[in-house]
Amino acid sequence: MPFKQFQEWYDKRHEYQTDWKKRTGGKIVGTFCTYVPEEIFYAFDVLPVRILGSHEIQDVTEPHLFAMFCPFCRDVLAQGLKGRYSYLDGIVLAQSCIHLRQAFTSWDIHKNPGWSYFLPMPNHVQSPRSVPFLAGEYKLLIARLEELTGRSITDDDLRRGIEIMNRMRRTMKSIFEYRKQDSPPVTGVEAMYLACSQFFTDAREWIPAAEETLGALKTRKLDRDPGKRLLLVGSENDEIDFIQMVETLGERESVGATVVIEEHCTTTRYFWDEVEENGGDPLTAIAARYVNRTACPTKDWPQRTRLERILQFARDFKVDGAIVIQQKFCDPHEADIPFVRKFLEENGIPTYFLEFDVTTPVGPFSIRVEAFLETLDTEDDLF
Amino acid sequence: MAEYPTEPLKCWQKAKELRNEYYRSYEQARDKGGLRWSGSAWAFDAVPVGLGRDVRCITGEPYGASCAFDKPLSSKYLKAAENYGFARDLCSYMRNYWGSIILDEYAFGGKFPKPDFSWSQHICCSHAKWYQNACELEGGDVPLYVVDVGAGACPPFESEMHPHRIDYVAGQLMDGIDWLEKVTGRQFNDELFLEAAWNDMRSTSRWAEICMLNRNTPAPLDEKSIYSLYVFGVLEKSNGDFADFYDELYEEVKDRAERGIAAVPNEKVRWMSDTQPPWGFLKIYRYMEEWGAVSVGSLYTYGLTGMWIYDAERNDLKPRPLPERRPRTREEGCRMLADWHLGKPEYQHFYHPEYKTKMMDAIAKNWNCDGIILHYNRGCEGLSTGIAENRLGLLKRGNKVMTYEGNMGDEREFDETATINRIDIFLETLGLRRPA
Repeated sequence: MPFKQFQEWYDKRHEYQTDWKKRTGGKIVGTFCTYVPEEIFYAFDVLPVRILGSHEIQDVTEPHLFAMFCPFCRDVLAQGLKGRYSYLDGIVLAQSCIHLRQAFTSWDIHKNPGWSYFLPMPNHVQSPRSVPFLAGEYKLLIARLEELTGRSITDDDLRRGIEIMNRMRRTMKSIFEYRKQDSPPVTGVEAMYLACSQFFTDAREWIPAAEETLGALKTRKLDRDPGKRLLLVGSENDEIDFIQMVETLGERESVGATVVIEEHCTTTRYFWDEVEENGGDPLTAIAARYVNRTACPTKDWPQRTRLERILQFARDFKVDGAIVIQQKFCDPHEADIPFVRKFLEENGIPTYFLEFDVTTPVGPFSIRVEAFLETLDTEDDLF
Repeated sequence: MAEYPTEPLKCWQKAKELRNEYYRSYEQARDKGGLRWSGSAWAFDAVPVGLGRDVRCITGEPYGASCAFDKPLSSKYLKAAENYGFARDLCSYMRNYWGSIILDEYAFGGKFPKPDFSWSQHICCSHAKWYQNACELEGGDVPLYVVDVGAGACPPFESEMHPHRIDYVAGQLMDGIDWLEKVTGRQFNDELFLEAAWNDMRSTSRWAEICMLNRNTPAPLDEKSIYSLYVFGVLEKSNGDFADFYDELYEEVKDRAERGIAAVPNEKVRWMSDTQPPWGFLKIYRYMEEWGAVSVGSLYTYGLTGMWIYDAERNDLKPRPLPERRPRTREEGCRMLADWHLGKPEYQHFYHPEYKTKMMDAIAKNWNCDGIILHYNRGCEGLSTGIAENRLGLLKRGNKVMTYEGNMGDEREFDETATINRIDIFLETLGLRRPA
């Protein structure tokens, strides 16, 4: 069972990436948001790696980023300022929130690896004008990637990129299907390592390991009581410490829990939707995928389409409750949260809200989550 | 001691009347058989004009600023929004606006006048969410249309204005016209729209010309007064009365400049700011004037209402001239508006702080500013974007820069005493002495 492999890739992302570069002689571009069309980078044989924070206290971003912006963007920028990504050949941001944009632009000013690109991903994704606009933007991106790589690509290269990304998505979804079981053979922590390791590795190397895992899950049993089944809803979240705390509560307290599904951009918003592969212009197909995927709240208007997806997850994965998590100061999510909570509560899903910073206050959160879990008990559970 | 002659602005009273009439006409629109719409100050307000002259609007940002100016009222609205569940670090204009809806109170008296539809634009994370939530707080029956203008930077920050970017914005406007007809049941009048589109370009080009006059020493306008004048460009830039008013204002300010009439008679030092001030504490501007320090403007007041062209070679800004002719068809009107507004200076800094730094440096150098004061504004994530890099970039270019932290619309986040202390020190570094 290679879950250990995913954790190793997560923990040693820099070692993997520097080794990949040495082995392949290829170029690596750091991506700042899941709206970056990785298919196009694979078409160029450029490795896209997502830049996440390290969850360490840092003091290097204060001169560059006003403190009212989210801790995630500051943590991301800190990785660049500390020189941890000195091996990158480029950086790219697809337009999403303006918090992360500042991590990108400050990186561009102070640590530009020689190639950087801002992709104006449309915000009005519910408009029919968005797909042709984005396809036009992809053409400009491709021209810049030609400068980076010194080569051009064909539609077949794009189809190859699509195939790689879709295969990754299908594998991830198949593994997530197992989390629907009454006693899931995959914990939330393992799912997080699985998802995040994909950001940091070559999908062509990650897929075989994931497919092997998928095969092994048919017979895997975990020696633990899953306890309450939880949904995490929110912004970027790779707080492994937090999920670890939630999933080991049952070992210390009278209530335990398992995170069985997430609706955030670290897992499902990133991989749940595929590119249409049946004919047509591949560039338009890629654009359609990114326009039609589950939207980040900053693009989820005028209709709040996320709500139905969240509820569907809650029902399909039979959750007992939802923890609504948010990066402190994350405006797009802050604008949605009262309505997300109201909607879930109206549909019988109890919710609890937690605000995250760069580091996780595991102790205080443990008490709060335990109290929330106790409220999920029915009368029968109590007596 | 006064060094320059001064006199009040002759058109000041007219400005007040126009502003009061704007809010009154929104409130009374329905009584007169008209329609009301709400939306961002940056919305393409020329478009709904095509529904008829009896269609009146209220734009959220100036409304939020008006609330903030009345601190007890604002406090009530902010608390109502927070009690509903909204985080207090969200845009403070937005929270004032939501609180006003939640309490069903119009800041100018009476119940909050519910709009018939919302028509807005989106570039910062909050713009579309503002009206999405407002419509829900209004009961969920206010239809919403938002035009995304996050289509990338314009020249000279990009090599060209790519046609597909114009297509994107103009296409949304065209779709928006169909949507307006559908939700209001009214037929769209192209002539009214084209006239309004032209007025939009007239007023925003003219405002830039007015700002150019402040290059003169003494400055004929001070920024505290500019706040009361630039606002027409964010209330309804396509309003013909407002465009005419700017023509009138231009002539008066030009006359003041030619005659050496100062906004502040003891002008000794000129400074500029970047973004919205803490609206409940505009007295800090008057405090600095006692020292002889005059704020001659900001990228905010110049670049939000005004249309400019940034000349990278000369590091200078010049007003964007009006197009050679008026638009003649609906599609042409939409395309011209898209092209015009995508070039708005205040949109550019959303893409990179260097763009804002360059434009601010151009103002500092060409308007002869001795110092720059940056407002680390906790109330507006959009216009605070990149502010820390702006500070570094402006210092690198040889400017003297002071910062203070505050909030444009939430008085709880402004420390008046600490800010005054910082200002004192800054003004002393600019060579001024505390007034006796």
